[in-house]
Amino acid sequence: MIRIPCPFCGTRDHSEFTYGGDGTIEYPALDAPKEDWHDAVFLRDNVCGMQLETWHHVHGCRMWLLVERDTLTHEIHSVRPAHPGLAAMFETDQEAGE
Amino acid sequence: MTARRLDKGGRIDRSAPVDFTWDGKTLSGYAGDTLASALMANGERVLGRSFKYHRSRGIMSAGVEESGAIVTVGEGARREPNVKATVQELYGGLCASGQNSWPNVRFDLGAVSGLFSRFFAAGFYYKTFMGLPPFEWGHGTGLWMQYEKLIRKAAGMGTASREPDPDCYDHVHAFCDVLVVGSGPAGLQAALTAAQAGRDVLLVEQDFELGGDYLNDPGAEMQRLELINAVKGAGVRVMIRTTAFGLYDHGVAGLLEKVTDHLANLDPQMPRQRFWTVRAGATILATGALERSFAFENNDHPGVMTAAAARVYLNRYGILPGQKIVISTTNDSVYAAAAELAAAGADVIVADFREEAGVGLPDGVTILNGVAPLKVLGRSGVKRVDLAKHTNGSWVPAGKETCDLLLVSGGWSPVVNLSSHRGAKPVWNASQACFLPGTTSEPIFHAGSSAGIWDREDCEVAGQRAARQAIGENKKSSQPGGWKTPIRPLYEVRLPNQQTKAFVDFQHDVTGDDVRLANQEGFVSVEHLKRYTTLGMATDQGKMGNIIGLALMADALGKDIPDVGTTRFRPPYTPVAIGALAGRNVAAHFKPLRRTPLHDWNLRHGATMTEAGLWHRPWYFARNGEGIDEAYVREAATVRKSVGICDVSSLGKIAVQGPDAAEFLNRVYSNGFAKLPVGKARYGIMLRDDGMVMDDGTTWRLADTEFLTTTTTTNAGKVMVRFEELLQTRWPDLKVHVSSVSDQWAGVSIAGPKSRETIAACLEHGADISNEALPFMGVSRVTLSGGVEALIARISFSGELAYELYVQAGYGDAMMDLLWHAAETRGGCLYGLEALGTLRIEKGHVTGAELDGRVTIDDTGLGKMASTKKPFIGSSLRQRPELLREDRPQLVGIFPKDRSQRFKGGSLLCDADTVTGFGEGWVTGVTHSPALGHWIGIGYISGGAEAWKERPAVAADPVRSGNVDVEIVSPHMFDPTGERMHG
Ligand SMILES: [Zn+2]
Repeated sequence: MIRIPCPFCGTRDHSEFTYGGDGTIEYPALDAPKEDWHDAVFLRDNVCGMQLETWHHVHGCRMWLLVERDTLTHEIHSVRPAHPGLAAMFETDQEAGE
Repeated sequence: MTARRLDKGGRIDRSAPVDFTWDGKTLSGYAGDTLASALMANGERVLGRSFKYHRSRGIMSAGVEESGAIVTVGEGARREPNVKATVQELYGGLCASGQNSWPNVRFDLGAVSGLFSRFFAAGFYYKTFMGLPPFEWGHGTGLWMQYEKLIRKAAGMGTASREPDPDCYDHVHAFCDVLVVGSGPAGLQAALTAAQAGRDVLLVEQDFELGGDYLNDPGAEMQRLELINAVKGAGVRVMIRTTAFGLYDHGVAGLLEKVTDHLANLDPQMPRQRFWTVRAGATILATGALERSFAFENNDHPGVMTAAAARVYLNRYGILPGQKIVISTTNDSVYAAAAELAAAGADVIVADFREEAGVGLPDGVTILNGVAPLKVLGRSGVKRVDLAKHTNGSWVPAGKETCDLLLVSGGWSPVVNLSSHRGAKPVWNASQACFLPGTTSEPIFHAGSSAGIWDREDCEVAGQRAARQAIGENKKSSQPGGWKTPIRPLYEVRLPNQQTKAFVDFQHDVTGDDVRLANQEGFVSVEHLKRYTTLGMATDQGKMGNIIGLALMADALGKDIPDVGTTRFRPPYTPVAIGALAGRNVAAHFKPLRRTPLHDWNLRHGATMTEAGLWHRPWYFARNGEGIDEAYVREAATVRKSVGICDVSSLGKIAVQGPDAAEFLNRVYSNGFAKLPVGKARYGIMLRDDGMVMDDGTTWRLADTEFLTTTTTTNAGKVMVRFEELLQTRWPDLKVHVSSVSDQWAGVSIAGPKSRETIAACLEHGADISNEALPFMGVSRVTLSGGVEALIARISFSGELAYELYVQAGYGDAMMDLLWHAAETRGGCLYGLEALGTLRIEKGHVTGAELDGRVTIDDTGLGKMASTKKPFIGSSLRQRPELLREDRPQLVGIFPKDRSQRFKGGSLLCDADTVTGFGEGWVTGVTHSPALGHWIGIGYISGGAEAWKERPAVAADPVRSGNVDVEIVSPHMFDPTGERMHG
């Protein structure tokens, strides 16, 4: 059972979360050609090691998170809100705190 | 073995006799006994029969590694097979019996002249019954099914009760800074050190007493008690009868606490067991080591056991387990036991495989050096042991000794299971002849003999050091070792070229010959060896046999043990009852039950309920003894004739609010939403990124920046998650807030030609829902008589003039009372899911059965709805060439050719000439249509209705109702122009 430190709720069991997918994917514009969409939807690296992925705190704060997780050891390297605006707020808070 | 209870000594309470039954006989033991010690004290020798060969088995150990005294405990629903008698505490009325035998363990017909012997060599199952895939796939499978039953009967592992488990089990969660597993010298010291450093410490012990190896030494009792007092005084939380059965990611440990398994009188308030999930900052494993045997002929006979076990039975249970005892050893560890057994009155011979023993000679003990047992004689007990010595590379006989008990110490195997669960690969240590724990970057620390440390004082120091490491102080861990004279490794004794029954894995009856046979047949990897011979796959998971098997494999391969490798241990360390895993999640608590706000109202009005996912929804409302078939046909007909009312509260409802709400929905749905006027609803289909249909539903624009989106019941959660994902990860610039309001509204559908007047009769005076005020797809706020605010939308799933009416969940009953009174007086009815299905199939409307994740919007026939003016999610990938093929299966209606016939959902649709293979399509739903007067269906077929106009089709259902000739028609089977709902 891995445990994820949610920036909003604290460290919680992974049973509260659902796995989203590859967090590095940049989805193309809605009207982008189907080749671009094909790559974004179907092509995935099979990473052994640190991977950026999305998780949803579905039984918690309902926030989508970007989690850096080692696929080999399950070590969680970092967690931040997937929403860039919220992530920036957290970074500012941290800097202010330091 | 002529064991007898001594008059004094041991930790049992001789003033508290305890009666129990063994195979129907009433016997007596004492409080503080285990079942094994009580049986031993009563002179019971044969306690079990072996798995394959039905050989007599007795007590081999005093702990969880037991492979002989495996019995069935309890009766009726509480009958539990495969209980190790060595860890089952005795209680008054305990009822135990032998297993794997008929008629009983002492006289077992299955054992007659090794009847099954030749059937059970390594790989027997595979060779005989399974065929050789892939060339003979399926060959022999039928035979296997037949024989498996017979073999299982002959070679079983006891039978579980077939009745429901009457006990309850709890799940508990806990946290600590430091978890200490094991309460021996190392564990107690570790717990004390960590607690004194201010840490929150949890100490767990699988035994019913704390102390581990201290318990086997009467001279250490004061030290043990002082240490326990100190540990408790330092605030350590202590749990006994609790096994840490597995370690998992991020410091999570699984514990099984046995709460009532030792009690004569069950407290109905208490669970039988508790399943603990512990999250620990650091974990100290002071799990000890297990003494192992080695292979020699008849090493499984009752009367052969580990040397340490004899010490346990003597010092904990006050039993002298034999009178004439031979102790065979390869190391120093037996000498204390030898002295104590001799002092208790036994004749003791130590046969030390080493040429010189470095430990002082105990009084009254004879020592033979350089010899080891070759063979044990005696049928249901030990009468004599033949010895052998190893000279010039082979074994030669070296005398014989009469005895009634043979104790064996082939060395000690540290319990490295838990750290192995975390991927720490055990490392072979040749000088200690054992696997030592591997390294891990996780905060897991071994201490004591589980780290290969054999001396008690060294173990205590090691415990303190491990605690220092666990709390972050940079201390070195202790080094393994502690024998005064090195161990002389020994794994098998046999004369050259002799085939014998010398066991490696007692529980699964795997012999040394089996290991060599597997090697001969090419199973050179340890993982293959394990599966082929089933070595280490019994309930003890190879606690005693794995290393002997590895050593023999290494010998056969001409390799060293570390080059053969070891298999990774996996949880659980000891068996965990399924009931404990399930906890309270059984029966009605297995999954949550969702009730709509109208649940009780529906029941009061005669609903028969059905499960729809987690929901309970009305299935039909039977009248006057109707069955389901009469009821739903009447309900559907009533809707088309007058009016029907149906609870639709389970539909997903999402409030979508904010300045960009319209833009958001416009991107999500394949059809346009940007220009939906306030006061209007629109049916929408949303696609996944890959262009397939995800869900459908109606969205109501309540205000410029406020929408109410409904989803299907099934996908309510999924759509909400999707909305959150899109807004947070993909379009963070959109100013939109979404919240699930599914549970906040009670919703009802009112359908039929008299629906408008029915609702009108329920509204506050003057409310207007005329065709002009509330046209098709219109949305409005209304007030029900009595003042309840409601949302109304003119939406039709049935194809009739129809409305959905929503009120706050708490007002659901009030709304239903009003509506039902008005509907009943107009000849209306309540209708359930079955009639809802009929009405929608008649209209060719899709639900979850049709939107199964494999269909495009074009396949459903709704492709024209998709906007060509704007991009939307899935708009790009729905253009993939394969998705545009005209021969893709498309939504159709299905009539039986002979209108009096019926066919079934799930049938395959085939060309009438080739009723074979996967067919051309499938049937997703059928119903008897009162409107059309015959059975109809809905489904998909290649090319759609146009392609099958002239082509005869068959609904094929060969294993159930047979094949039915069908006509493929448009899915809009009733009122195709939609006049009725616009009326
Ligand atoms: Zn959270």
